[in-house]
Amino acid sequence: MPSLNEVVDTNTMFERDNLDVRTITLGISLLSCIDTNLEKLKNNIYEKITSTAKDLVKIGKEIEEDYAIPIVNKRISITPLAFIGASACKKSDDYVELAIILDKAAKEVGVNFIGGYSAIVSKGMTKSEELLIRSIPKAMSKTDCLCSSINVGSTKTGINMDAVKLMGKIVKETAFLTKDQDSIGCSKLVVLCNAPDDNPFMAGAFHGVSETDNVINVGVSGPGVINRAIQSVKGKDFTALCEKIKQTSFKVTRLGQLVAQQASKRMNIPFGILDLSLAPTPAIGDSIAEILESMGLEEVGCPGTTAALALLNDQVKKGGIMASSSVGGLSGAFIPVSEDQNMINAAANGNLCIEKLEAMTCVCSVGLDMIAIAGDTKESTISGIIADEAAIGMINAKTTAVRIIPVIGKNIGDSAEFGGLLGYAPIMRVNTKSCEEFINRGGRIPAPIHSFKN
Amino acid sequence: MKKSIISVVGKDRVGIIANICTYLAQNDINILDISQTIVGGLFQMMMICDTDNCKKEFHLVSQDLNSIGEKLGVQIKLQKEEIFEKMQRI
Repeated sequence: MPSLNEVVDTNTMFERDNLDVRTITLGISLLSCIDTNLEKLKNNIYEKITSTAKDLVKIGKEIEEDYAIPIVNKRISITPLAFIGASACKKSDDYVELAIILDKAAKEVGVNFIGGYSAIVSKGMTKSEELLIRSIPKAMSKTDCLCSSINVGSTKTGINMDAVKLMGKIVKETAFLTKDQDSIGCSKLVVLCNAPDDNPFMAGAFHGVSETDNVINVGVSGPGVINRAIQSVKGKDFTALCEKIKQTSFKVTRLGQLVAQQASKRMNIPFGILDLSLAPTPAIGDSIAEILESMGLEEVGCPGTTAALALLNDQVKKGGIMASSSVGGLSGAFIPVSEDQNMINAAANGNLCIEKLEAMTCVCSVGLDMIAIAGDTKESTISGIIADEAAIGMINAKTTAVRIIPVIGKNIGDSAEFGGLLGYAPIMRVNTKSCEEFINRGGRIPAPIHSFKN
Repeated sequence: MKKSIISVVGKDRVGIIANICTYLAQNDINILDISQTIVGGLFQMMMICDTDNCKKEFHLVSQDLNSIGEKLGVQIKLQKEEIFEKMQRI
């Protein structure tokens, strides 16, 4: 039986330190929906999603009530849509119709995001995949809950530079079509390298083709809990620091495991993975940057930041891995600028620049995330940023991503407001020297050699 | 048997346990164990209960206890036991 101390310790994590289960994401395979007739395909998709996910929100709420814990998001990920629409969609607007149906289905079952408006083009792009990519700006501007992700490279295939070039243009167009809301469309569009099949976090979530029919994936979070734990070992050496992070991460992960098992049992859908990522929110005390600062940095972005983040990421994994039967997804620490109060402060103070963030992405999960840049940034420059991140992912055999928002009509000194979990962000400076000639070459950067690691 | 934990945190005052116990008795919830402590005027208590015979739905009992807590100026939570076992024990 639990002791009083254990009960108080657990509940303090929820109440004071903002511990929550960030998302229960239901992965749904849409492969069985495929049809050559667009109208029939739309019906199949709507039926499949609304029937499979009809109890997701209700069951999530029941779990919240049973354990008095917050489960912030209930979401859906689907098979990358470029596979599903390949035989029915003859033009980009056909994909937009599917986007609208997905958005409608998501709203019907009450989830806040649906991910999987995606294409895997890491080696080459089929005609259908290109149609989907070209439809993204319109799809993002006509939907509210839909998230899109494009995988442009992998360690095994290299980087598809034609796709990288195209995505620079697509990001700009998406920004333009949603310019009335500070180009918010780009906050739901991510370009990945080495995208995992089982990621429960948006905007990069999709239900990979290696997955079973339906699956429950869960993402926990708890930057506040880790931060408090680190404050309790102030002044102690790295051994003590690492030990403390591992112990805390274990507890946080066990919460996720419990929720995942319960959701799986109650929905009668197999449990897939638990994602160990620490995910911040703009709320005070829910910041990754604050954790790094508690380790002894004056402000995130200063020398030592990359080492502190590497340490954090690794210890969270070490502590968490034993607490779950199956770990996957992105599993690390997220560093989205607009969603993290201390990152926002450091960027606004000029102490955190894109180049430092890029270095940080070498040691943490994902990549350049929720970064607002000037709306007049060139397409080729955005492609260059995507190529740089993809190269880090490809060479280091890790997932990297770019979710960057060229805020139309805004410049350095302004800030962009996205609202809710997406937060707000100061416009960050981008190196404006041109990489156009490099990006315009086209073709593919071949896969890297796996020996001579230097 | 389904075990649940009732935890109470707040400023100490007369009648906290009495109020909760009366409510539990009225709803056929049996108390298996109680432990409490007062640190610097902060009252902390937990009860381990058996909710098998309770006819009310779990979330309704939870809501009732929350409102009893509001009246007493303390925070009362009802949670299934598993969460503590999972998070605190290997």
